[in-house]
Amino acid sequence: MKVDRRDFLKVLSAGAVTAAVPDNVFARAKKNVSPEAVGILYDATLCIGCKTCEIACQNYNKLTSQPSDSSNTDFDPYTFALNKIEIYRNGDGTNKESKNGYNFFKKACMHCVDPNCVSACPASALTKDTETGIVSWDSDACIGCRYCQVACPFLIPKFEYGAAFPEIIKCEMCQHVQVKGKIPGCCDFCPTGAAVFGKFSDILKEAKNRLALPEESNYKYPVGDLSGKRSKDNPVKKYINYVYGEKEGGGTQYLILSAVPFENLGLPKLPDYSNASKTEGIQHTLYKGMIAPIVLFAGLAFTTYKTAKADNQSDKGE
Amino acid sequence: MSELKPIKGKIFTLPFFILLILSAIALVFIIKRFMYGLGAVSNLSDGYPWGMWIVYDVVTGTAIACGGYAMAILVYVFNKGQYHPLVRSALLASMFGYTLASVSIFFDVGRYWQMYNIFLPWYSNTNSVMFEVAACIATYILIMWLEFSPAFFEKPGSEKTLKKINSVMFIFIALGVLLPTMHQSSLGSLMIIAGDKLSGLWQTGFLPLLFLISAIMMGFGMVIFESLFSSVTLKRPLETPLLAKLSGVIPKLLIAFLIIRFGDLIFKGKLGLLFNFNLQSLMFIIENLLFIYPLIILSSQEKRNQSKCLFLSAASLVLAGSVYRFDTFLIGFSPGVNWHYFPSFAEIMITIGIISVEIMAYLIFIKTLPVLPDVKHA
Repeated sequence: MKVDRRDFLKVLSAGAVTAAVPDNVFARAKKNVSPEAVGILYDATLCIGCKTCEIACQNYNKLTSQPSDSSNTDFDPYTFALNKIEIYRNGDGTNKESKNGYNFFKKACMHCVDPNCVSACPASALTKDTETGIVSWDSDACIGCRYCQVACPFLIPKFEYGAAFPEIIKCEMCQHVQVKGKIPGCCDFCPTGAAVFGKFSDILKEAKNRLALPEESNYKYPVGDLSGKRSKDNPVKKYINYVYGEKEGGGTQYLILSAVPFENLGLPKLPDYSNASKTEGIQHTLYKGMIAPIVLFAGLAFTTYKTAKADNQSDKGE
Repeated sequence: MSELKPIKGKIFTLPFFILLILSAIALVFIIKRFMYGLGAVSNLSDGYPWGMWIVYDVVTGTAIACGGYAMAILVYVFNKGQYHPLVRSALLASMFGYTLASVSIFFDVGRYWQMYNIFLPWYSNTNSVMFEVAACIATYILIMWLEFSPAFFEKPGSEKTLKKINSVMFIFIALGVLLPTMHQSSLGSLMIIAGDKLSGLWQTGFLPLLFLISAIMMGFGMVIFESLFSSVTLKRPLETPLLAKLSGVIPKLLIAFLIIRFGDLIFKGKLGLLFNFNLQSLMFIIENLLFIYPLIILSSQEKRNQSKCLFLSAASLVLAGSVYRFDTFLIGFSPGVNWHYFPSFAEIMITIGIISVEIMAYLIFIKTLPVLPDVKHA
């Protein structure tokens, strides 16, 4: 079994050919937003960091107070809520919305259009509602493997590491009050309209409208939802001309507008497809209809049967 | 298979007692984990949800336990009957490696009391790579115990049972090759979904292929390592000529592995990450030097026949594959600037305890059951 030159070249060329195949060649098709999907538009230029959304979240979801385990807790380490106001400082951190300033970000589940967590969960504990698109967690199904935490690009699912009988904790867009015709707590109580709830198609339209507004003009910003019942006048800041979440990771139902680059709000740069589409593509190509494993098994069974038979005969011959 | 015999010797030796103490310490921490939660014993966090237990006990441990898989490929698929004496001991080590990995999963999983949900059809998620890994590993453990079962019946009075088992053995052997092929590759696929949280030095769609090849290499490395190690410690004759021939397979696999690994990095333009001079680039270099060392040594026919060279190459190869797995799951993984992970004392002690149980069980089995080749014939 010496490695001679011809063997070496064979392996070399086979390896090179394999490596030259682009690795997203197997990715499955992207998923689309459901027409009935709901979402939240968060406009960071309006956020004053008052954290009313956190308190509303606690009340709506009956959360017991407990320090959260977040990477960005210096602003507020004590309130435990499914949406957290984070502060991002740059430079001397004196003025909001400037390069040398600070910014707030309302961190909560992005309710991805093609969620990695849903694809990763082995026990279907995380599911995406086919109509509303809300990603929710089922305590009866979850085994606590925490693969959702590995998979989530936004580090949203939280796990109770300090509990003997832990749960996964994440925002479910207050779907329990939505069925009663109410809107999520964070949006309902946001005093400036920084977070507004609505049908996904409407909030996307609203986001694009705002990008087209002239800087420093006065705009009647809707508060709570987009019905126009409540609103608050505010001068328009100079937006970055981009809706974060329209494409990120295959799209999210939580859209974000900002006057500073999105990385200053701690948001990751993501490709326009979900990693789930890549993983599922590879898995489904290899395991389609279990054909490849069955064929491989048949081949193996045949070979081992022959080998084992030959072995038995030579044993008897001894 | 009359040439396999239990080896003589007392079970309760001094090393055995040390192992026993280590597993008792682990047990204390395991009890603490079940009483107060994962955070009470581990440094796991929302940023680093997987630590030492998943990465060593499961991802690395099962790859180290691929000896049985690698030997089955060689003996039954490529019909190299001359390696038959090595099969059963390799299988035994694999059996314990995998069984103990599944025990580790049980205390790593947060909601262990409903772990069976994965296998309930209305909960199973066939899109999940984790589901595929769990289903395959569970089945494979069962198959390995069935493959090993003749060892329990190779005694007078059980000839009929033995014959029955042996007549269907080829099915178990075939499954014993199929299942690791599936889940060892899927262990690599697990990290694809982590996207950019995993450094470009390791993140690639080729993870399944690279994990598969490296698992087979680690399997062969482990067979060589175990055989030479047990020959020395149990004062048995060295099986160098057989192992030298076996080791000839490794360079071919290594070349394929390294070409795909570096080819992919070059095509994607990620090799530049090597010059970041951080922990990740350092570990990448160490990992690959450990792969290249056995390639150089084992490509030489002459060196393959020296037991010292064989031993060092095999050890280097197993270590390389292990570092590759640690890098892919931990060193290369960074959820964000504010997150850090290093295993806690309790985490390490629990893993050491698991390894101790594994070695104790191996020692008991080879001293009471026909596993190793009889010295006279070897």
